[in-house]
Amino acid sequence: MGPVDRLSFNAQLLKRHRVRALLLVLTIAIGVASVVMLTAVGEGARRYVVREFSALGSELLIILPGRIETSGGAPPLYGTTPRDLTLEDAQALSLLSGVVRVAPVLAGTARVSRGARARDVVIIGSTPALFPVRDLRLAQGRGLPAAAANRAQPVCVLGDTLARALFDGASPMYQWVRIGDRRFRVIGVLQTAGEHLGMDLRDMAVIPARSAEQLFDTQSLFRILVQLEGPAQQAAVEARVRALIRERHDGEDDVTLISQDALLATFDRILRMLTLILGAIAAISLVVAGVLIMNLSLISVAQRRAEIGLLKALGASARQVRRLFLDEALLLAALGAGAGLLLGEAAVAVALRLLPQFPFAAPLWADLAAVAVALLCGALFAWWPASQAARLDPVRALRGLA
Amino acid sequence: MIRLDAVEKRYQLGARPFTALQPTDLEVSAGEYLAITGPSGSGKSTLLNLIGLLDRPDAGQYCLDGQATENLQEEARAALRRRYIGFVFQAFHLVARLSAFENVELPLMLAGVPRRERRPRIEAVLARIGLSEVAEHRPGQLSGGQNQRVAIARAIVMNPRLLLADEPTGNLDQAAGAAVVELLEGLNRDGMTVLMVTHNPELAARCRRRIRLVDGCIVEDSPSWDRSTA
Repeated sequence: MGPVDRLSFNAQLLKRHRVRALLLVLTIAIGVASVVMLTAVGEGARRYVVREFSALGSELLIILPGRIETSGGAPPLYGTTPRDLTLEDAQALSLLSGVVRVAPVLAGTARVSRGARARDVVIIGSTPALFPVRDLRLAQGRGLPAAAANRAQPVCVLGDTLARALFDGASPMYQWVRIGDRRFRVIGVLQTAGEHLGMDLRDMAVIPARSAEQLFDTQSLFRILVQLEGPAQQAAVEARVRALIRERHDGEDDVTLISQDALLATFDRILRMLTLILGAIAAISLVVAGVLIMNLSLISVAQRRAEIGLLKALGASARQVRRLFLDEALLLAALGAGAGLLLGEAAVAVALRLLPQFPFAAPLWADLAAVAVALLCGALFAWWPASQAARLDPVRALRGLA
Repeated sequence: MIRLDAVEKRYQLGARPFTALQPTDLEVSAGEYLAITGPSGSGKSTLLNLIGLLDRPDAGQYCLDGQATENLQEEARAALRRRYIGFVFQAFHLVARLSAFENVELPLMLAGVPRRERRPRIEAVLARIGLSEVAEHRPGQLSGGQNQRVAIARAIVMNPRLLLADEPTGNLDQAAGAAVVELLEGLNRDGMTVLMVTHNPELAARCRRRIRLVDGCIVEDSPSWDRSTA
């Protein structure tokens, strides 16, 4: 009995028990579709993160104050507070070769108010370089003026959520707002798309770094963003940055450098793992479908005992009978897997349409794995019932007995 | 063709053993037309199943066409059934979801006959038993007599040398039964060895040889009256 014969034989069988077959196909389809959909979410998250990081500009170095390291010895008793990163450090860094722009970031929270409206938000103190480095776009007005690079100026750029909250639709341009105990004039509003990882720039205000120093009464930077010239000399520039900071900090290596690549690689690894786990969880439903396949196969064997007896009388070997019943399960699993792929991809397409900014996409390996697991479950769970069918005694089976 | 030497079959009925067939010797030559008669439970079907390799004897030897069968693996026995033996059952045992054509196709499928060779063979067999026009009908759409003829077509499509029929007319009315018997007799005339279990003395009488079983023993083995001299 060739594969084509077995296929047509079983196709006729399933046609005969349409409803039963359809329900089982549906069960498997849901399992496969959930693998496709959940891995699409995981993979979407990964792509989202990768895209957002790429939006930061491809060669970004982030300098954090303090050093993250594991040390073998006992910790020192005192004097461990890291030296602050200062605006002067940032200015020195901008002179290094291989460095395109440097954006210092000084952060704090303050109340921003206009008339009776007030809102507590994060205030970013930076320089005009922040806008190109973080790829920030403006909906209205302009970014910080060049003169604000090293001087306190009473100007600010608002995130759009903040602008709306304070001005309620009226134009905020060139209006005065109060930040903490100082007054600033609004010179720009960020675009809605100005949403980036880590910080929700929509609900922030950006002021000149020197103004922030005064406002928060500190010289300590939250971090320094360094845009490098190109990936080719990244390592060399990193070494130069490190050397410069050490020199300026009395020989202490007290900063942490995070390159975008390293960060990206970490997120990529984590989110790939997440996708894998989501897929594995979804695959559990395929195992449930497998149990249903077993149940259906057992029913099928019990109902078709006489037929099995007949096939044996006609010269079917035990192996042929087993293959026939395994094929029935495999056919169901294959139909279910096909339907599940369509269902899952359709759901992904709908999700993409509803949430266009989130790049849902089931990875190919997940599609293949879902189909493979479905088929494997089919074969595995039908093995026992199929073997039972193969073992039936033809004389008794012809009389419908087990 | 068939040689049974002290073949015996026992069953376990609950706690007590039950001998369905006492040690039995039987020889059937090629081309014979043999009726197996006897009361219910006398071991007729057991004997037929043993001869048909559906069942294994508990003792004794069975040679089919010179080949000892006791030590054959299941696979080899299935192959012998495919090649040598056609079965006809009282209950027809047609597969209800398949058409007459597809039912007849089953043995060819199991034997791995290529698809393009099957159609002419099936059509020839259906034509021979006069069922060409209902080839696409399902068993549910056919009469009992037609169904049994489809079953016979299925039994002979592989051209077996041995046809085993277990009460082939048991579920049929007089006319349909007569048609089936004529069919079997025709096959026998063409050289096929036919063994038939039957309750029907009239039917048995038409066979050239009949054996009678009582309580698992052959109590009578006699050539029937010869129609040519009657």
